[in-house]
Order: sequence, then C-alpha cells, then structure tokens
Amino acid sequence: MTPFAYDRAGSSADAIRLAQATAATHYLGGGTNLVDLMREGVATPDRLVDVTGLSAAIEPTPDGLRIDAAVRNTALASDPRVRRDYPLLARAIVAGASAQIRNMATVGGNLLQRTRCAYFYDDAAACNKRVPGAGCDAVDGFNRIHAILGASPACVATHPSDMAVAMAALNAVVTIDGPDGSRDVPLTDFHRLPGGTPEIETVLARGELITAVTLPPLGFGARSTYRKVRDRASYAFALVSVAAAVDVQGGTVADVRLALGGVAHKPWRAFAAEAALRGQPATAASFRAAAEAELADAVPLRDNGFKIELAKRTIVAVLEELTGEAA
Amino acid sequence: MHFTINGRGVDADFDLRTSLLDLLRDHLGLTGSKKGCNQGACGACTVLVDGERINACLALAVQYDGRSITTVEGLADATGLSPLQAAFVEHDGFQCGYCTPGQLCSAMGMIDEVRRGVPSVVAADMADGDIVLDHDELRERMSGNLCRCGAYNGIVNAIADTFAAETHSKEPA
Repeated sequence: MTPFAYDRAGSSADAIRLAQATAATHYLGGGTNLVDLMREGVATPDRLVDVTGLSAAIEPTPDGLRIDAAVRNTALASDPRVRRDYPLLARAIVAGASAQIRNMATVGGNLLQRTRCAYFYDDAAACNKRVPGAGCDAVDGFNRIHAILGASPACVATHPSDMAVAMAALNAVVTIDGPDGSRDVPLTDFHRLPGGTPEIETVLARGELITAVTLPPLGFGARSTYRKVRDRASYAFALVSVAAAVDVQGGTVADVRLALGGVAHKPWRAFAAEAALRGQPATAASFRAAAEAELADAVPLRDNGFKIELAKRTIVAVLEELTGEAA
Repeated sequence: MHFTINGRGVDADFDLRTSLLDLLRDHLGLTGSKKGCNQGACGACTVLVDGERINACLALAVQYDGRSITTVEGLADATGLSPLQAAFVEHDGFQCGYCTPGQLCSAMGMIDEVRRGVPSVVAADMADGDIVLDHDELRERMSGNLCRCGAYNGIVNAIADTFAAETHSKEPA
C-alpha cells in the first residue's frame, strides 16, 4: 500500500475543500472495497478524506425518501419505511456481501465500488480499466461472470452492486456536491457504459462527492422484490439478479419497474422489457416476451452465454412471483 | 490515537496504512483475531466495534480512533468462558479452531442484529419485524464466516443452543 495522508471531514463542504488538496485524493467510506484495492496496488490515493462522519439520516422530503450517503447498508435495509415501501431495496441490500461488510459499507461507497473482474485486480494482467490502453485479458479469458449487455471491446466487466440495481428500478436520484455546487443525477445515468474509456465509471467530476440518494414515491412499491442468482446460496456476487416492482390491475400490467444486475458495466434498467409489458396481460407468455425484448441485444462471451437464458428465466420467475395473487 | 479494547483504554501510534486487524495482532499482541484471507472473504478477523461486527482486515485502524472494540479475548470473564464459548466446546463447533474467534464475535454481533430486527434475505416478508432464528436464518446470518474444517453443524448447534430464546416466534401462536 502506498503512503497516504488522512483527514476526517466534518461536513460535505469540509470534505470537498479537503479533497482539493491533491489530484489523487479519494473519499473514504467504509473502506470495504477501497482498502482492498489499495492493498492490491490497484488504487493508489495519496490522501484519504474520511466521509463516514457526515450526516447519516434517512428522512422524508417532498421528493421522496432521502438517504444520506454515509448511511450504512445495514441501517438502510433495517429502516421500517424502506422495508414497507421499497422492499426490493431492503432485500437487495441484504442479498449483498456479508453482515460484517454491510455494517461497514456506506450507501455512497456501495455506488462507487469497483468491478470484481479478476483481471482488474491482477496487476500481471492487461486491463483497460486499471491501465487505460493496456488491453483486456477478460475478453478472451475466463469470462463466466462478465457482461452480456452494453459491453465494449475495451471492457466486459460488470458492476457488482445489488443495492444499486434496486435503486435503478426505483428511479432513484443521486445528489452530488462539488466545488461548483450541487446537482442531481438519475441513478440510471450515474454509472457509465465502458465504451473506449472503461476507467471512467461514473459521471462524477474530480472532487465531487455523493451526498444523498433520494427514492421517489412508488405507489406499487410494496409489491416488489429482488432475486439474486449466484454460485452459492449466500455471500457471493450475482451471476444475474432482477429487481422488480409491478402494478397489476384487472389482470393487466398497469405499470412495472425492472432492473438487472450482474449483466453489465452498470445497473441495467430494463426499459425495453418494461415497455413490452405495460398494458399486457399479466401472464407467463407476456413476461417471457418482455424478457426476450430486453435480452435481444445480449452478446455472449466464451464462458457466459448461459447468463442470457438465466436472465430471461429469472425475469419471468420474479414477475410470476409478484403477480401470483393477481394474475 | 486512543481506543477502548475489551474494556480497557489503549493508546496507540501507528502507520496510517495499518489495518485494525494488524493493530490488534501486531501492535497490541491480541492474536485471537485471525488473518485468513485479508480481503473480507473469510470472516476470521471479525471483531465487534461498539457492539457491531465488522471485518477488521478491511478496516483502516485510523478510522476507528476513539471507538470501543471487542475481540475474542474480551468475551470470557474472570469466571470462565462465556455461554457461547462453552457451547462451542460442548457442540464441537470447531476442529482446527482458526475460524473460531471470528465465529464467536460474529455470533455475538449477529444475535444483537436479530434482537434489533435487522432483516436477512431469507425472510419471506421484508416488512415482518418478528425474526425467528431458525436453521435458515442462522446459516444465512453467519455466512460471512467460513470454516474450512466444515464444523458448520456444530457451530449452528452451539449458537442455536446459546440463543434458544431467539429460535421461537415471539408472537402468540
């Protein structure tokens, strides 16, 4: 690990000011990913600004439920309003990592965690995300866990978060503070697809800090869930995951929210499937057609072709689970 | 920097790169907490910070300045093993013992989470606050602690025996 300076921020303004000091300053949340990356030499900050002491409130606002970025994953999943109104989010969080890590990890840090692609962690491998222009050993390597949607020749990594997949389905809004003021970005626009610059993973500019995530009201949010398919029953990253909420009126899908995890460089909002489902009968045939629409552009790598059918079947299974009583 | 470790105040001065695990083991001689993977995958380093379980290997010690930390060395008291430790002996909750300190601290944090109503992914209904620590709940909640000897059945039995009150519904039947 390379040496670094350490500061504890007392406010977001304080954090942003402290982060101006050097170009290689990183904000530090729970550290569950960053400390590991520093130990591996993948991340080499020369200064850490600890933001875990900033406000960690969850409170209703006119725009929805506002979650401060320093809220720990456990606290968010335990919040009675989240469990009642956005059960897919509570379930996504507790589907991720272990209890120990959820006690440490913050909401802001969860959004900013890096891919678990083994080539990204291995400094003997070529990785455009770690060293821009170096090439990608995953494209022709062991790529069973890699992306099937939105990838590029430069990068086929996936985003590892479960929480962010549920937030993508919920139209969550990320509040970002920076040297030039504050701005709001839809979570679905916060993360980037890799294109030719996979090292740029989000829309954050240098020195900008996530300060909150707001969940707009969702009338049918109580009928929602998150299903994660993985290699073991617990404490593993997703091969495929589905976050879904559905509103069925008289046997017809009046509205639906769908997002996929484990399939792309970002939490993948399934807009095509949603469009295919609205106004259709809440039947397995409609669900399958929607899943086919979403995965129509999926591209398999050598080892991960199974994910395409797995994603389709998981979409159908989740929608059947949610509409079992209404269909 | 100042910590409270197993109830005693400790002053420490260390390189900022030091993890909480290395501070405990290498600087303070508390070698009960183990370094298995050193990347948050095995749980052998689990300690309690202000009662909450964390992976000490992923924690920069400097972030925990001023906090109260409990390690496996703090679980027993002058009268002997804690009930959970005694149950691990009784139920053969280990073979080699390397994961045991982490399992013990993790279980102490886990039962506090159950009592506070922290949900787990095996719950049928996320909004249901009445957590019954049945077989599936217990295994899911302890999944952050690996045991390569495979003493899981003994571990589960020891925890279930110690916290038997949590293994039944609090709602009237």
